[in-house]
Amino acid sequence: MKCLAYLPTQDGQATKAGLEAVSYAKKCGADVVALALGPLNADGGAGSAGASKVLHVAHDLQDEAQIARAVSEAAKAEGASMVVAPHNYVGRAVAPRVAVRLGAGMVPGVTGVLEGSTVQRNVFSGKAMAHVSLNSEVKVITTTPNAFGVELGGAEAAVESFDPEVGEASLKVTGFKASSSDGSVPLPEAVRVVSAGRGLKGPEHWGIVEELATTLEATTACSRPVSDMGWRPHHEHVGQTGITIRPDLYIAAGISGAIQHLAGVNQSKVIVAINTDPEAPFFKAADYGIVGDAFEVLPKLTEAVKNLG
Amino acid sequence: MKILVCISKAPDTTSRIAFTEGDTQFDKNGVQFIVNPYDEWYALVRALELKEAQGGSVTTITVGEADCDPVIRKALAIGADDAVRIDANPTDALQVASLIADHAGDGGYDLVLCGKETIDHNGSVVGGMLAELMNASFVSLATSLEVEGGVVKATREAAGGLESVEASMPAVVSAAKGMAEQRIPNMRGIMAARTKPLNVVPAGDALQGATVAKFELPPAKGECKMISADQPEELVRLLREEAKIL
Ligand SMILES: Cc1cc2nc3c(=O)[nH]c(=O)nc-3n(C[C@H](O)[C@H](O)[C@H](O)COP(=O)(O)OP(=O)(O)OC[C@H]3O[C@@H](n4cnc5c(N)ncnc54)[C@H](O)[C@@H]3O)c2cc1C
Repeated sequence: MKCLAYLPTQDGQATKAGLEAVSYAKKCGADVVALALGPLNADGGAGSAGASKVLHVAHDLQDEAQIARAVSEAAKAEGASMVVAPHNYVGRAVAPRVAVRLGAGMVPGVTGVLEGSTVQRNVFSGKAMAHVSLNSEVKVITTTPNAFGVELGGAEAAVESFDPEVGEASLKVTGFKASSSDGSVPLPEAVRVVSAGRGLKGPEHWGIVEELATTLEATTACSRPVSDMGWRPHHEHVGQTGITIRPDLYIAAGISGAIQHLAGVNQSKVIVAINTDPEAPFFKAADYGIVGDAFEVLPKLTEAVKNLG
Repeated sequence: MKILVCISKAPDTTSRIAFTEGDTQFDKNGVQFIVNPYDEWYALVRALELKEAQGGSVTTITVGEADCDPVIRKALAIGADDAVRIDANPTDALQVASLIADHAGDGGYDLVLCGKETIDHNGSVVGGMLAELMNASFVSLATSLEVEGGVVKATREAAGGLESVEASMPAVVSAAKGMAEQRIPNMRGIMAARTKPLNVVPAGDALQGATVAKFELPPAKGECKMISADQPEELVRLLREEAKIL
């Protein structure tokens, strides 16, 4: 089975989400060819994650319609029966277009390897799993960030230049505003997340949350009311109507654990809840719990992590 | 400006999730259905705001069976002018997108809005497919949307921040949080919705990509281990030695 993996890059290197997609395809038993756009240092790291070859398009493209044309043409040229992309910002816009172009069935945000024609994904905001069958000749799959590790150790991949017909652009990027100046990992890809809710009582108290996050090299998040009241920016809102995350560690302080909140975080590998109320529903979903005042517990926890060295 | 808004029904966020028929169907028994929040709060409301500012019309479109009609009426109560329901059981994103594209193709729509995902299948796929099928531009995960001089100007979620983009029309835009504020329908809206057109059209041939073979509930969560509030170092130790994540 041959797989074409769309490999987003940054500064010439494959992004983590891109490497996860390559590594995923390899785990599915595929011979993986990666497609990379724009500046690329050697193979961009694709070989190490399992790609045998990189098709390299010299110019970067902003319009996902054009990226989809490049990916589709590469998949056809390689005779790929599987196309993989990360289920991140760009992958969400590219993969559905590729599926249409290739007449392929698509399964977004998978959480398991493709076995035969069936693959697993989470549905109902993480409250259930679905085994989805793909009966089309070509299968398009996007991988949930941080759901699969990257297995490194492959040999450097051969890089071939590729010059697809991508047509006119229908979209251009005119600006970018970074959401945080501290350079922390964006929430959907974060490995550790420290989150707080209305229990923190006001935006002026977020220092203790940020301090723990910094110490843990974690990204900050919040509950919906906190972002609705403007205490924290919208992009930090996790839950059923916010961002769904899947970190290794999710620490929730002063969040009650409403079902809509849990829906966005219940796929975290380890959940810690800190709440003054021993009856808070979050304790039913958590792995570790502390009944206590976040204003006291968070700084102590930061200290304890620092002492760990 | 002619705007089409894709509306889907979704189980209320507090619904008990269970399955029937050998775990192949979602158990609708006792489940309350709502308009998918992203469709209602952001896509529909922004469409109405654009119409109020620039004139035009807002039509909703739904692929679904008759049990969708109450949520479609809610969308009409919030302010859509008319609604279309393509009479089919939606089972796959490619099927839904192809049915909508076939219908919208001759409709002369300038803008098609959809929510960024539904809260049941969480796929985030229909909008992109629709754009490809309709040969339209696509702005995914948009947090703001303006239309000026025949060009879509939007901001959208991107890695580490927000991107400003410009896209040609016709455009498909998937709506994320921030695009608009939820509107509660008023009595007049609810009354008016009863007589607004809800056109049910038969489904033509649809593409089909993927089908759910089986649903499964996740394994029950183990007990929560409680740690005393004066022993945060014990938590840190457990995270390192037991959970092995520090
Ligand atoms: C359709 C719909 C969609 C929704 N989507 C989302 C969503 O995506 N995400 C989301 O988060 N919510 C969502 N909600 C809202 C959700 O139902 C809850 O209202 C919300 O999650 C509560 O936020 P909270 O836990 O921060 O606040 P609260 O419920 O007010 O809880 C505050 C908690 O802090 C504790 N506390 C107070 N003081 C302290 C202290 N000093 N130290 C420690 N703990 C303290 C309290 O015991 C309490 O448990 C949605 C609701 C609906 C109806």
